[in-house]
Amino acid sequence: MKIPAPQHSGAVGVARPRLEAPDKVAGKARYAADAAVPGSAFGYVVTAPVARGRVRHIDSEAVRGMPGVVGVLDHRNAPRLNPEAGNFFGPDGSLRLLQDDAIPYAGRPVALVVAETFEQARTAAAALRIDYATATHDTGFAADHPSARPASTAFGPDAEIGDVEAELAASAVIVDERYRTPEQHGAAMEPHSATAWWEDGRLQVLDCNQGPFTMAMTLAVLLRLDPAQVRIRAEHVGGGFGSKSMLGPHLVLAAMATTVLDRPVRVTLTRAQVFQTVAMRPATEQRLRIGADTDGRLRALHHEAAFAGSPIAEYVENCPEPSKVLYAAPAIRTRLTTVPLDILPPYSVRGPGLTPGSFALESAMDEVAERLGMDPVDVRLRNEPAAGPVTGLPFRGRNLAACLHEGARRFAWHTRDHRPRRRREGGLLIGTGMAATCFSTGALPSSATITAETDGTYTVAIGASDIGTGARTALTAIAADALDVGPERIRLRIADSDLGLAWAAGGSRGTTSWAWAITMAAAELRAAAPATRPFTVSADTSEAFAALPYAERHAYSAVFTQVAVDPATGEIRVRRLLGVFAVGRIVNPLLARSQAVGGLITGLSTALHEDGTRDRVTGRNANPDFAGYHIAAHADVPGIEAHFVPDHDPDDPSGIKGIGEIGTVGTAAAIANAVWHATGTRQRTLPLRLDRVLEPGRTEGDLPVR
Amino acid sequence: MSDRTRSAITLHANGDARALTVDNRRTLLDALRDDLGLTGAKKGCDHGQCGACTVLVNGRRVVSCLTLAAAADGSEVTTVEGLAGADRLSPLQEAFVRLDGLQCGFCTPGQLCSATAVLAEHAAGWPSAATRPDRPYAPGRPTPALDAAEIRERMSGNLCRCGAYPQIVRAVLEAARDTAAEHAHTPETGAADLEESHA
Ligand code: FES
Ligand code: FES
Repeated sequence: MKIPAPQHSGAVGVARPRLEAPDKVAGKARYAADAAVPGSAFGYVVTAPVARGRVRHIDSEAVRGMPGVVGVLDHRNAPRLNPEAGNFFGPDGSLRLLQDDAIPYAGRPVALVVAETFEQARTAAAALRIDYATATHDTGFAADHPSARPASTAFGPDAEIGDVEAELAASAVIVDERYRTPEQHGAAMEPHSATAWWEDGRLQVLDCNQGPFTMAMTLAVLLRLDPAQVRIRAEHVGGGFGSKSMLGPHLVLAAMATTVLDRPVRVTLTRAQVFQTVAMRPATEQRLRIGADTDGRLRALHHEAAFAGSPIAEYVENCPEPSKVLYAAPAIRTRLTTVPLDILPPYSVRGPGLTPGSFALESAMDEVAERLGMDPVDVRLRNEPAAGPVTGLPFRGRNLAACLHEGARRFAWHTRDHRPRRRREGGLLIGTGMAATCFSTGALPSSATITAETDGTYTVAIGASDIGTGARTALTAIAADALDVGPERIRLRIADSDLGLAWAAGGSRGTTSWAWAITMAAAELRAAAPATRPFTVSADTSEAFAALPYAERHAYSAVFTQVAVDPATGEIRVRRLLGVFAVGRIVNPLLARSQAVGGLITGLSTALHEDGTRDRVTGRNANPDFAGYHIAAHADVPGIEAHFVPDHDPDDPSGIKGIGEIGTVGTAAAIANAVWHATGTRQRTLPLRLDRVLEPGRTEGDLPVR
Repeated sequence: MSDRTRSAITLHANGDARALTVDNRRTLLDALRDDLGLTGAKKGCDHGQCGACTVLVNGRRVVSCLTLAAAADGSEVTTVEGLAGADRLSPLQEAFVRLDGLQCGFCTPGQLCSATAVLAEHAAGWPSAATRPDRPYAPGRPTPALDAAEIRERMSGNLCRCGAYPQIVRAVLEAARDTAAEHAHTPETGAADLEESHA
C-alpha cells in the first residue's frame, strides 16, 4: 500500500531524556540476570582449554555428589540439536554445543554444571575432571596462509571495474601499503545471561540479546521446536555491539539444561567466558594500492582484505565496502579472503567490515595526500562520485561533502600546516588528522501492531529491542507523530518474540526497520478511522521492502582529531575528537548525539587500546579480561563533539538512517593520521600501542623537530 | 545460623537492618543481588576490573565483587537503590537523566555510587593524580573545585562500553556545582570545561 505522509505532531526531532532513564538510575530496571525466577538452578559453563582435539573422558559422576549439584550436561546426555541452525550467513557450528567429543577451538563449552547456588555450581565445575586428546592446532592468522580461500559473497561480489594495472602505471603517485588489525571484542558491560524454563508446553527465556524474534526463530530451529513454542524476552539489555546479535552459548546451554533437568536454569557467562565463547571481530590484514594524478584525482583503487575465519561457520568481515562507495575512480578492484583457523567463529562487532576496512582505506588516502602535498580534505572532495562507483546506482542522500566542509570549519582545519612533525609542546609532539567514512543503511522486514484503546491511548507492539540505543524512546516519538498524538498517549511494548516478525538491533537497521512498521500500522489505523475502540491493526513491511528501488543507501561522516604523542613513552593522548554525521533525519537529538559520541569513543578505543591477543602455543585468548583487554576509560576520553548535517533517506517514510555503527568507523584512521602528522611516522597496525609509537633512546629535551 | 561453611551476618542495606546467613564464599555483590533482591548493583566482571558493582560500605566506595559478604557483617551498605531521597532522585541521578549520562544503563549504578563517593572524597579534601600542583589541597585552604580532568581521573575505575563518559562527566560536574552551591561555595570551573575551546 502507499503510505500517506505522517502528520508530525512534533515528537520527532525533539530532545527528550530516554524513557527508561529514571528506572535505570534508580536501579529498578531489570536486566536478564536480575529477575528472580522461582526455583532457578544455576549453570556454570566449563570450557575446553585446548584449541583442537577431543574430549576423552568427563568424570561427571565424581561431581554429581557434591553439595547442591543438580546435574551435569555434556555430550553424552545433552539433547540433540539441529545442525541446520545458523545465523545470517548459514549453518553455525558454534551453536551445536555438547553434541560430540570434538573440540574445534579453545574456549568451546564442553559441559554445564548445574547446582542450587552459583557458588556450588562454580565449585563443582572447578572440580570436574576432563581428559582431552590434543591435536595440532593452527591459530596463526596471515593473509598468505595456505588455507586462505575467497570469502562468501553474501554481501555482493568482489569489484572489478576498469584496468587497475594500467591506471596505476599512468598514475603520478602510488601508495601500496599493508594494514593490520587485531581481534576486537564487543565487550558489552553486561555479561551474557539467560534463564530458561518450560511453562505450559512453551520454552520461556529471559535473555539479553539484540533481537528476541530472530533469536526465538533460530532457537526453535536448533531445538526442533515449533516457533510458537518459544518465547524470548529481553526487556533491558546491557549493551550489545554485535556480541548479542546471535544466539549465545549461555542461551543454548540454559535451554538444554532446563529441558533435561525440568526446572528453571540460569546460565550467566563469566567475563572470561564472554571473551572466549562469544564471537569477536576477526583479525584482518589488508593491502591498499591507490594511484592518483597530481591534482588528487584517483585513477585506481585496489583493496584486498583477508580476515580470520572458522571452518565451522561462515562469516564475512566486509572490509572493502568503503572502497566500493566512497570515491570515484576509473579502476576499482576489491578482493576478500577468509582464512579458516582453529578459532571461535567470528561475527559482527560494532561497525563490522568498515571499522577495519576504513582504517586501511582512510590511512592510505592520507598517504596519497601526503605524497601529493595536498590537503587530505581536498583529496576526498575531489573524488566525490556522481553515482555508485561500482554499481552505478544512484545515491539516496549522499552528504559526505557536507560532513567534510562542516567538520573542517568547526575544527578550523584551514589553519593546519600539512607537513608532519612541526609542532611540539615541551616533550610532546602534536598532530591533527581526519578521515571520511560511510556505513550502509536501510530497513529490513518487520511488523507492528497498534491498538487504539478505549481511553484514547495507543498500545504499540513491536519486537524491537533497546540495547542502549534509545530505541524505546525514539519509537515512541515515531508512533506519536504517525498517530498524530502526544507521546504520553503511546504505550510501547518491545523486547518480546511474541510480538511478531522484527529485525534485530543490528547492521544500523534496527530503528529504521521498526519505525517503518510502526508508521505503516499507524497509517492503516488512521485510514480505518475506527468508530469503536479498542481497535487493532497490524502491518508488515515485507512487501514494501521488496518494492524498494535498488540504490546506494549509506550514512556518512567525517572525523577530525588532535593528538599529543610522547615519543619518550609512546603514549598517545587524544585531545580533541570531532565527528560530523549525515545519518538521516534525527529522531531525538539528545540520544542520537549520545550514540554518535559513544561510537567515536569505541573508535578511539580500537585505535589506542583494544588488542585481542591469541597465544600461538595454546591457541587461547591471552587477555580475556578488562585488565588485559583494555577499553577506553574515563581518563582516556576528552570532551567529544558530534554534529549532524541535514540529511534524509527519501525512500524511508520517516527519513531516518542509522547511527549505531558509523561513529566507530573512521575514528581509528583519523587518529592514526594525526599520529603521523605529529611524529612523521606512519602507523599501519592497530592498536597504536606504546611499543609501536615509542622512539627508542628518546628522552625529554632530546626531541628533534624536522 | 553459622557453621563451617556459612555465616550469620547483618547488613544495614540502604538503612534497613537485614539479617541473613551466607555461604562464606558469597561476595557482597551476590548477597545484595540474590539474597536481598538489590539487583541495582551489577556484575560486569566479578574481578574488580569494571566498577559496575560499586557500592558504598560505611560511606566508602568499594567493588562489591571483591568484598566477601561475611566481611561486610555489621556494615552500612548503600546501593544505587538507596541514593534517592524519599520522593525524588538525588541531584546526581537527576543530572544523569537530564544530560543522558547513560545508554544501556548497565554501568550506571556503579557510576552513580562511584560519583557519589567522588563528591564526598573531594569535599573531604582528598587529592587525586589529576590535582593540579598550582591548586593543592591543604588544610585551611578552600578545596579547589572539581573540574573535568579531576572527575575523569577519579571515575576511571568505572568502565562504560557504551561510551557515555562525556555525559557522565558533565552530569557529575553539574551535581558538584549544585552541591557546592548548597555549601555557599562557588566553583571556579563547571560544565563549560567540557566544551573546550580550540580557537
Ligand atoms: S563486577 Fe566488580 S568490578 Fe566488575
Ligand atoms: S551505559 Fe552502557 S556501559 Fe555504560
